[in-house]
Amino acid sequence: MAKIVTSRKACTVNPLKMSQPIGAVLAFLGLDHCMPALHGSQGCTAFGLVLFVRHFRENIPLQTTAMNEATTILGGMDNIEEAILNIWTRAKPEIICIASTGLTETKGDDVDGYIKLIRKKHPELVDLAIIYVSTPDYKDAFQDGWARAVTKLVEELVIPPFEKGGVGVISAGISQINILAGSHLTPGDIEEIRETVQAFGLDPIILPDLSGSLDGHIPEEFMPTTMGGTTLADIRRMGASGFTLAIGEHMRAATEAMHAKCGTHYEVLDRITGLEASDRFIALLAELSGNPVPNKYRRQRSQLVDAMLDGHFFFGGKKIAIGAEPDLLWAIGNLLAEMGCEITAAVTTTQSPLLEKIPTAEVLIGDLEDLEQKAQNCDLLITHSHGRQMAERLDIPFLRMGLPLFDRLGAAHRLSVGYRGTRDLIFEIGNMFMANAHEASPSTWIPSQEECNADTSATAH
Amino acid sequence: MLQSKIQDVFNEPACGKNQGKSEKERKKGCTKQLVPGAAAGGCAFDGAKIALQPITDVAHLVHGPIACEGNSWDNRGAKSSGSRLYRTGFTTDISELDVIYGGEKRLYKAIREVIEKYDPPAVFVYQTCVTALIGDDIEAVCKAASVKFGKPVIPIDAPGFVGNKNLGNKLAGEALLDYVIGTQEPEYTTPYDINIIGEYNLSGELWQVKPLFDKLGIRILSCISGDAQYKEVAWSHRARATMMVCSKAMINITRKLEERYGIPYFEGSFYGISDMSDSLRQTSKLLVERGAPAELLERTELLIRDEEAKAWQQLEPYKARLAGKKVLLITGGVKSWSVVSALQEVGMEIVGTSVKKSTVEDKERIKELMGQDAHMLDDMSPRDMYKMLKDARAEIMLSGGRSQFIALKAKMPWLDINQERHHAYAGYDGMVALVREIDKALYSPMWEQVRRPAPWES
Ligand code: SF4
Repeated sequence: MAKIVTSRKACTVNPLKMSQPIGAVLAFLGLDHCMPALHGSQGCTAFGLVLFVRHFRENIPLQTTAMNEATTILGGMDNIEEAILNIWTRAKPEIICIASTGLTETKGDDVDGYIKLIRKKHPELVDLAIIYVSTPDYKDAFQDGWARAVTKLVEELVIPPFEKGGVGVISAGISQINILAGSHLTPGDIEEIRETVQAFGLDPIILPDLSGSLDGHIPEEFMPTTMGGTTLADIRRMGASGFTLAIGEHMRAATEAMHAKCGTHYEVLDRITGLEASDRFIALLAELSGNPVPNKYRRQRSQLVDAMLDGHFFFGGKKIAIGAEPDLLWAIGNLLAEMGCEITAAVTTTQSPLLEKIPTAEVLIGDLEDLEQKAQNCDLLITHSHGRQMAERLDIPFLRMGLPLFDRLGAAHRLSVGYRGTRDLIFEIGNMFMANAHEASPSTWIPSQEECNADTSATAH
Repeated sequence: MLQSKIQDVFNEPACGKNQGKSEKERKKGCTKQLVPGAAAGGCAFDGAKIALQPITDVAHLVHGPIACEGNSWDNRGAKSSGSRLYRTGFTTDISELDVIYGGEKRLYKAIREVIEKYDPPAVFVYQTCVTALIGDDIEAVCKAASVKFGKPVIPIDAPGFVGNKNLGNKLAGEALLDYVIGTQEPEYTTPYDINIIGEYNLSGELWQVKPLFDKLGIRILSCISGDAQYKEVAWSHRARATMMVCSKAMINITRKLEERYGIPYFEGSFYGISDMSDSLRQTSKLLVERGAPAELLERTELLIRDEEAKAWQQLEPYKARLAGKKVLLITGGVKSWSVVSALQEVGMEIVGTSVKKSTVEDKERIKELMGQDAHMLDDMSPRDMYKMLKDARAEIMLSGGRSQFIALKAKMPWLDINQERHHAYAGYDGMVALVREIDKALYSPMWEQVRRPAPWES
């Protein structure tokens, strides 16, 4: 059981954490024909936009309610109204999703109330879906914002089977299932999940679906909204699914919301990286579908087993330092521990029920300065691109994972789920260890001066 | 306090835009009212950070929730020849409790931690929206911390919600004027000492032009703020002349250096061959006027002659390949005219340029350069830009990173000319580099394949 420690420093140095509102924004970017907006001052939007542009290397639709000091004090009703109308006329989205920021939360804007008033005032907006989620910057972290956004989407948009527009009785053999995807999954991961689910004859609706919007496809036309992602119609239809499969512990609240609203049975898979974890995923799909496991996945499973056999030599006893949000830390930390590594330093951004179960002595909710201190004697550093400076100082191999990844290509297509994703990840990390192996030299077995001193002092005791 | 500073900045007499305004108009300031749902661009805090973060040995501490620093740190391309402290992200990362009870105590402790652990020559403390709204008095905290720790701790009071990046640049300048400039003395001075203001050493561009000044024996006493050390900024009042690089960004520093210390300035650019030469010429002229030996002028002309000849020789092979190529140039304001002239030097045709952030003066210059029928686009929608490229009415787009996909998704070449770019384009070498990059972008063999439809689609 890991001890959970929260940093007591007054000054965060080299942040690992990013803020809630942009976590919510990323979830909204996984919806089709959507325009996300931050209710706050323009700079928050600009920073979020640049961050995602650099990570995905894609156009990022994101707007702002453009609050200033005066409007903040007076309340943001007018700005929200104007923003909605402007977005509606200029970008013609099907859905506008607004996340609050620290500024407007400090003032305490009642945005849900504003939206009701705006709806009354503007009946022409009847077909436009408007979602609001509260995500103050000064609380929690990126993955919490994502989780809240998805929960809100479920609560507001999904139509229960027995309500107007619902499907009524859901037949037992229905193939439609919901996948609620966590923020630690890349567009590549989501694509892999979809293909796997479909291979069992199941028909998934994935929310949010970044593989539709931020996978780097070339659209025919240029649109100011998202192009691809979960459609509004599909979100509404989720109430008619036979099952909800959540991937990532932070998707639990959204899953429960779905259950509460529609009675949908569910399972939360804490991760699908690693052999056993992937087995659970595949076995569950077999059970849900009643179909045998396709040959393709039997073959992939044995490839993964082989990769573990070939690779474990290089992993055993290696010391790892990881800085990541809880669900990513959980997935990667467990995989590495299963391969024989020792998680020497684990730093994360926010609370999660997973933290105490992480196979390490201590999990610190802190920053990259903390991680750097704890990572001194490690063999591998894993964190997002902001680890580049410390990796250089520590002079140890550095695997970039998480978000942002701004100094490498292909962030969207990094794969770490399922048999195939785990296999490739083992190869990638194993190769880093191999490349860094120390060649033996004549002095390798001569004890260093320090060790000699330590020996003599030990005998003196 | 902050309000009067903002008014002061809006009153900037040396600003071309202001000269044509009535008293009342001027008070309203130059920050256009932003349109909710149709706005883009960074906040004043962002602008202040852009302007000051290049000071390399200072600890830049952001007082606010994680959003302001956590989402944006270490994302700018200013380079350093010395300390790397400026690339360390410091923030108070305030919590809900701080919002309720005030964040001043945390800020004070944070300053102490930074000084104890990193011992910088100075700490810059940046105000942000939430902490401004709850009334945290960063000025008072900084003052107390300065006294207690015996080190300059300087408040940068430019919370995001007071305006755009440009205003933030200026407020940053005000902070330097109030707290930094004039507080230290250089070891020695020479008649050849200059300031360069508004140059951030992005991708190392300052180092691209420094050798030119070196060759003339001109010493860059202080650069504000590219590759600067704190002390260099502190003694910038001892320079003999100032070159102001980006006209609107820090005009207030430049003008007040003249007002307070009698340092004359000119406005110049390092982009393009003729602009570079002009800048060298004007620098030397001002120095000579201030007492440097007149032979400097001759040496300057000789250097210009050599460098220009060398540059043209290097550009020669590209001229035929680039002549008549149609460029869509989307940049923030001032940079437009200097890049326009640079591209025209190799015979490219500018089919449109954005003037959204340009002053009347900027626009006049563009008109001069591009002729009366210059396509100045005040506010071109991304969709229109996309069409223009898709229809090949423009053959390459030069812009900042966030709009690159407009060109790339139209399968048209694009080149980054903003902050995050990876290449340095200043001076004679920089111009050659820019042209080389444009040529590479236009003539990549990849275009032919990516533009061809899949075999089953034609
Ligand atoms: S607008 Fe305000 S809260 Fe947002 S990034 Fe700028 S300073 Fe921070």
